[in-house]
Amino acid sequence: MTMVKVNGRDHQVDADPDTPLLYVLRDDLALNAAKFGCGLGQCGACTVIVDGKAVLSCVTPLLLVEGKQVTTLEGLGTVAAPAPIQRAFMEEQAAQCGYCIAGMMMRAQALLMRNPKPSDAQIRAELEPHLCRCGTHMRILRAVHRAARLMDTVDAASDRSIR
Amino acid sequence: MTGRRRIITGIVAIVLVAGAAAAFAVAWRPRIAAIAPPRPDTFDPDIVKRGRDLAAIGNCNTCHTVQGGANYAGGLPVPTPFGTIFSSNITPDAETGIGGWPEEAFVRAMRSGVGRDGRHLYPTFPYDHFTNVSEADDRALYAFLMTRQPVHALPPANQLAFPLNYRPLIAGWKLLYLRAGDVPSDAAKGAEWNRGAYLVEGLAHCGACHTPRNALGAERVNAQFAGGDVDNWHAYALNDSSYAPVRWTADALYAYLRHGWHSDHGTARGPMAEVVGNLASVPDTDVRAIAVYMADISGAPAPDRKPLADAVTQSTSADAAQANAAGAAIYAATCASCHEGNRALPYGGVNLALSTAIASPDPRNMLNIVLSGIGAVAGERSPIMPGFAASIDDAQTVALANYLRARFGKRPAWSDLDKAVRDARAVQAASLVARDAPTDSRQRGKP
Amino acid sequence: MTAPVVLDRRSVLAGGGALIVSFSLRHAVAQEKAAQGPKLPGSLATSPNLDSWIRIDADGQITAFTGKAELGQGFKTAFQQIAAEQLDIPFDALKVITADTKLTANEGYTSGSHSMQDSGTAILHAAAQARALLVAEAAKRFDLPPDGLRTENAAVIAPDGRRLSYGELVAANMLHVQAQPTSGLKDPASFKVMGQPVPRVDIPAKVTGGAAYVQDMRLPGMVHARVVRPPSYGAQLIECDTAAIEKMPGVIGIVRDGNFVAVVAEKEFLAVKAMHALAAAAKWRESAKLPNQHDLAGMLTALPSQDFAIFERGNPAVSGATSLEATYTRPYQSHGSIGPSCAVAHFVDGAMTVWTHTQGVYPDRQAIAEMLGMPQSSVRLIHVEGSGCYGHNGADDAAADAALIARALPGRPIRVQWMREQEHGWEPYGPAMVTKLSASLDGNGKIADWNFAVWSNTHSMRPGGAGSLLAAQHMARSFAVPAPRPLPLPEGGGDRNAIPIYNFPNAHVTHHFIPAMPLRISAMRALGAYHNVFSIESFMDELADLAEADPVEFRLKHLDDQRGRAVVEKAAQEFGWKPGERAPQNRGYGFAFARYKNLAAYCAIASEVEVDRETGRARLVRAVAAVDAGQVVNPDGITNQIEGAIVQSTSWTLYESVTFDEVGITSIDWQTYPILRFDAVPDSISVHIINRPGQPFLGSGETGQGPAAASLANAIAHATSKRLRNLPLSRKRIKDAIDA
Repeated sequence: MTMVKVNGRDHQVDADPDTPLLYVLRDDLALNAAKFGCGLGQCGACTVIVDGKAVLSCVTPLLLVEGKQVTTLEGLGTVAAPAPIQRAFMEEQAAQCGYCIAGMMMRAQALLMRNPKPSDAQIRAELEPHLCRCGTHMRILRAVHRAARLMDTVDAASDRSIR
Repeated sequence: MTGRRRIITGIVAIVLVAGAAAAFAVAWRPRIAAIAPPRPDTFDPDIVKRGRDLAAIGNCNTCHTVQGGANYAGGLPVPTPFGTIFSSNITPDAETGIGGWPEEAFVRAMRSGVGRDGRHLYPTFPYDHFTNVSEADDRALYAFLMTRQPVHALPPANQLAFPLNYRPLIAGWKLLYLRAGDVPSDAAKGAEWNRGAYLVEGLAHCGACHTPRNALGAERVNAQFAGGDVDNWHAYALNDSSYAPVRWTADALYAYLRHGWHSDHGTARGPMAEVVGNLASVPDTDVRAIAVYMADISGAPAPDRKPLADAVTQSTSADAAQANAAGAAIYAATCASCHEGNRALPYGGVNLALSTAIASPDPRNMLNIVLSGIGAVAGERSPIMPGFAASIDDAQTVALANYLRARFGKRPAWSDLDKAVRDARAVQAASLVARDAPTDSRQRGKP
Repeated sequence: MTAPVVLDRRSVLAGGGALIVSFSLRHAVAQEKAAQGPKLPGSLATSPNLDSWIRIDADGQITAFTGKAELGQGFKTAFQQIAAEQLDIPFDALKVITADTKLTANEGYTSGSHSMQDSGTAILHAAAQARALLVAEAAKRFDLPPDGLRTENAAVIAPDGRRLSYGELVAANMLHVQAQPTSGLKDPASFKVMGQPVPRVDIPAKVTGGAAYVQDMRLPGMVHARVVRPPSYGAQLIECDTAAIEKMPGVIGIVRDGNFVAVVAEKEFLAVKAMHALAAAAKWRESAKLPNQHDLAGMLTALPSQDFAIFERGNPAVSGATSLEATYTRPYQSHGSIGPSCAVAHFVDGAMTVWTHTQGVYPDRQAIAEMLGMPQSSVRLIHVEGSGCYGHNGADDAAADAALIARALPGRPIRVQWMREQEHGWEPYGPAMVTKLSASLDGNGKIADWNFAVWSNTHSMRPGGAGSLLAAQHMARSFAVPAPRPLPLPEGGGDRNAIPIYNFPNAHVTHHFIPAMPLRISAMRALGAYHNVFSIESFMDELADLAEADPVEFRLKHLDDQRGRAVVEKAAQEFGWKPGERAPQNRGYGFAFARYKNLAAYCAIASEVEVDRETGRARLVRAVAAVDAGQVVNPDGITNQIEGAIVQSTSWTLYESVTFDEVGITSIDWQTYPILRFDAVPDSISVHIINRPGQPFLGSGETGQGPAAASLANAIAHATSKRLRNLPLSRKRIKDAIDA
């Protein structure tokens, strides 16, 4: 049994310590957002936030995150009460198939927590580890800019569950 | 020696030689009159083409181009123990570049480190090597650079404290360390070896990174290729003190320099990745020549090395694991799937028993790689390794490093690893901050 | 060339050998027109009952059905808009059910930008006709003439204020009637929902971690499977000791059938671990002989082909004053879905249910039933969204894997997902192609003659037949891969968009169809149109250069189609195109245009690129597109499709090729099959839609691929004065061209 804190709740997980965090989130905790894309840390689809930083959950074994704070897209908000980053992606319609989007959003969220007013070049540099095959990049960039503006106005409510 | 002590010693030493330098008549060099930038079509295309290959061998773009900036327009900050020096604009722009330089001024700069205006250039521009470049090659380089696109860009002023900002001091430095014509030559070793010597000791300036420097920032002649430092990386020893578990051969070096990886050694990364990136477009014969000469420098391959490495590979990890269960678990869960997978290099991880980073007494390269990984080269087939800075904490990194060192390095534990980890993480974090900073100029060599 | 023999298409497709068949565009257009005559609109032609499309329950619940699969293009939202508009109900008052062999019409595949044309048109008319039936019923009950009644908010309202809701009006079999050929469609000027950028219905779940994909399904008792695929095409399993693996913790069982090997475990990561152990235990005999990847043009043109003269106008022997020849090539390219293919299957009481992201639930059901030796009626396929596929990726194969494993473990829902290297290594690629063009100019700088020849495999090996499925090929009682067929014109496959839309007086187009398939291939977004449009539109620029004409003016000079001219002019105007204008240093402008399949949407794209002369790196800086997709249902949906097409096509065009050695595929992940990352994303893309109210839907999913590629290639040529004709236009090729 390993203890992990996910989206503000403690979970005792019955998984081997070498199990990648991704499988713990999806299989043990039935969370959908983090996606299996490559299992190799090459595409970013599995990105979640650990202690405030974006982490590729497919190459992060459970033993590295024991006792740390894990946040997934589910932990940011809901359809009824979306977080600024979620509102921004909805308002920009920033998805086609959307499979890569949860990972993009988590890294963008981590960036905005570190740097609330990133330039376009900084957003691009930050998202470099992430692949999108539908070609939704223009909208993703717009959505991250919009999220930055929303967070600015919606004040600190955005990161309620991250710290 | 710590950085601070090194700087103080350096300043004292420089002040001492300053007196000698001031008296040295050679300190003064004449200004060469500016010319109107020659039209690109006045250069022989074949010579321009030769110059292009030479520029790649010289790795000119790495220092003279800021990431994301205009080619050869300079402005890259080069941190030294004495302050920060910004690389110059070597595009043919008349005002801010070398557009007004006649050929003789360019040759003089390469030969003796003097600008067209007669000022001494700081030896971050490695004229201690370039002085060995033939005049014909200098002319080809000149033709190449003068046919690039002119970019109007003035690099920032150097950040050097007095007295180091007093350029005539450099004349003293040159008196001590600038030696023309010290390229080894040996007819008995054949044309390829001699060609390699000419390139390695001259334009390719391999020693600039791979030879340790003295208090005055000059390469230590008696420790040539014994390993040096660059951009928070350690440039491995290439002489017979190399820590490579499998001794380099000419064939292995050739393959490594040509393709950026070798199955007995792993993948080029850090500043070396830029070097092999440039060598990719260089004629095969020159890469081969460099490999032949360097292999000779590093000594004959010892037949026991490979079996030794194989033995490490095969050996059970039980001992190391017992001593360091935490590190063993991290390795098994995080690293082994790629580094013990069945995928061949460069797209699978290197067998860590073959890793110089782990055998080396300096843990920085290994820590840089673990924390930052290897990023994708945009749009090209290239190895990717995810960085673990965000998921592995300092204690876990120390445990992992100790385990790797014990199991794969088969050498005594690295000393002061806690500090090395903190330093490596600070450098990694600084690279993020640099990326967040509201400027487009980014330092190279972010780990 | 010898005089063409005219055969009908059926005998051409059935016959082998080298046939030469004349199939002119005139015939194609005639056929298209004939099809519109007595036929019912869209997919009503094949599923004519209104209740196949629209259902209204007595409790007022309204549902629209489509046999098409939502793949992330957003047409589920568009269909909901269409039905809401024509039924006069609020957008939120109905839901849409997508492809399910138990519930929806058989609409074949979701492909070829057909969804709006087929399903959208069917829903449009079915909804309008359902509304008419409801109004007629209300008229009876009100005892009023129907023309005086109006509909609003799911009710029919009389002038005197009396009101009957649709739920009250609907009778058991009211909509179980055949559709009529014509409908009382609403005046586009009165549209409230159609034509609006209604937000997509699927996005909220996707950005909050809702269950949005087949990958997210969790059925009670579900377990996880992984497949061990052979190391190369045709490899035979000679030995596999599974004893140790069966004892691994959590392993439920190993399914082995010939060369098909899979492992099932309680938890997903245990299945992954067991898969690796199983792969290590399996010994294979490899036999594949793949061609030389560095000479695809030589390889393709040397293979036996069936040759079709698909278009002839005037006398192809005519020749103008100055002429030009060029050869263009395209490598094999990968769909490269971000999420590897996945399916869930459940075998209970002799009935198989498969949840899959296939593009064709009915054809895939037929293939899976055939593989399992089960009647189709006992197999149900339900479409659930997956990662974007852009054509025939591993979806159908994963569905077959899940079904084969589920049959071995009755009662347990089986979820199988491919690994990254399986998706990259086993998906059916977009085929390599070669085109050879020659043309000459007359004294007035107009094209006097035009010759175009294309060499290609088929562009669809979709099921159809169990033999299309990997699992069926690998099982002991293996099914042979079906013989490939050229896809029929006017849409075509390798020859899609091979026929020029321009008014050349003399033109000759030949399709060299190559049956032999050294690599596994199938449909990839736009099929042959990607390369054919790249070739034609690159060559148009080469000819414009020869004629010393502006590329946009040169195109307009050869273009009679008024809607085509409109998008060309619109894109040029919005880009700020000025004839003869030089771009800033290191930059170039490019232009390209096509009408997809010569019968679907029109798209013109102007591009600005930046080329680093020292490294050869090219970056799209901005792109301006104009598109005419007929009547617009959701403008933001079209914009999103065109933006995506430009970015994806840029990635294909600059970077992508499947690589292989003598035995096997070597591009098996994102290291070895690099695609566009954020550093290469343009500064801006703007899309300008020309709406055509009341005109048929033309679809927009694939229309951008070809023009984006050619526009980029033309801009690179403009920036460097070098013409690159071999895809991808890689950094190295650009650098070599500049340095040459």
